[in-house]
Amino acid sequence: MKDQLTKYLMMLGDNAMILGHRLSELCGHGPTLETDIALTNISLDLYGQVRSYFQYAAELSGEGVTEDTIAFLRKERTYLNVVLLEQPNENFAHVIVRQFLYDMFQSFLTPALMRSTDERIAAIAAKSIKETKYHLRFSTQWMKRLGAGTEESKSKIQAAVNHLLPFTDELFVMTAVEKEMLEQGIGPDLQSFKEDYYIKVQEVLEQAELSLPEAAPRVVKGKTGIHSEHMGYILNELQYMQRAYPQMEW
Amino acid sequence: MSNKKEWPLFEIFIRSKNGLEHRHAGSLHAADPTMALENARDVYTRRQEGVSIWVVESKDIHASNPEQAGELFEPAKDKVYRHPTFYELPIELKHI
Repeated sequence: MKDQLTKYLMMLGDNAMILGHRLSELCGHGPTLETDIALTNISLDLYGQVRSYFQYAAELSGEGVTEDTIAFLRKERTYLNVVLLEQPNENFAHVIVRQFLYDMFQSFLTPALMRSTDERIAAIAAKSIKETKYHLRFSTQWMKRLGAGTEESKSKIQAAVNHLLPFTDELFVMTAVEKEMLEQGIGPDLQSFKEDYYIKVQEVLEQAELSLPEAAPRVVKGKTGIHSEHMGYILNELQYMQRAYPQMEW
Repeated sequence: MSNKKEWPLFEIFIRSKNGLEHRHAGSLHAADPTMALENARDVYTRRQEGVSIWVVESKDIHASNPEQAGELFEPAKDKVYRHPTFYELPIELKHI
């Protein structure tokens, strides 16, 4: 059971970390100074959540394990983030759609986690709910702005929606870990808010004058450690310092 | 960057805590007032600098002309009696 809880914490933390890393790639490269700061702020919020989850996971794991070893020294197959969040920053539209689809999911997951029987998880969720609300507000506004913007912005964001939306199916897949967490009252039944999630997503797409892609859901298994080809490159960059200079600190 | 269509400039005013006035914090670009508020939140309040934000499009601010500084401000220079400096203030009074 302790093992499953640790894995669950990694799932929650890995999602925030991989998305946070993708956003951090934009530091100094955002489309304008203002959006650059906004995106890196979101990245920092996410890394704050990562630390809370990994510190807890480290305490459960015992000797020699720290938040840093969890973040930086695992093999690819033991990272449990969803494949959606590995998708690269093709352009600003991709960044916004990826963010929006995740924020919307978090806006359902976080309140559910606040009711977790695990007090520590409930506390982390309670702390991050305000951040989540702001992130969703930010990404929703940009969805509408780009969707109802110029012809160019509309076609780019529609392409991003078409590419990314099929990945969202994985968010609701109940893996063995999540089933166990549901049984313990630690995590929610993800299927319970799947329908509401897509209703909300569609609402925003309509307001943004965008259409829902017809494409079938992509079957991906990031939550069980099977990642896309992008993951190796992310980890290469993320782990470089710890691999090159083991146990380095600053 | 510079050859793209620029967003209009907004002036940002931040109230650092309740009871204090909004103060000019700086300026930034945004497409509309909503975006200006969000950008201001990210650019100017990320270290807990504020509890309230005002944004005003820079073109809506009418400013005095620096060339007229003499006629506008200098006559006040030698009129010290306009300053309330002849009162003793209780120490409890702050922000004055």
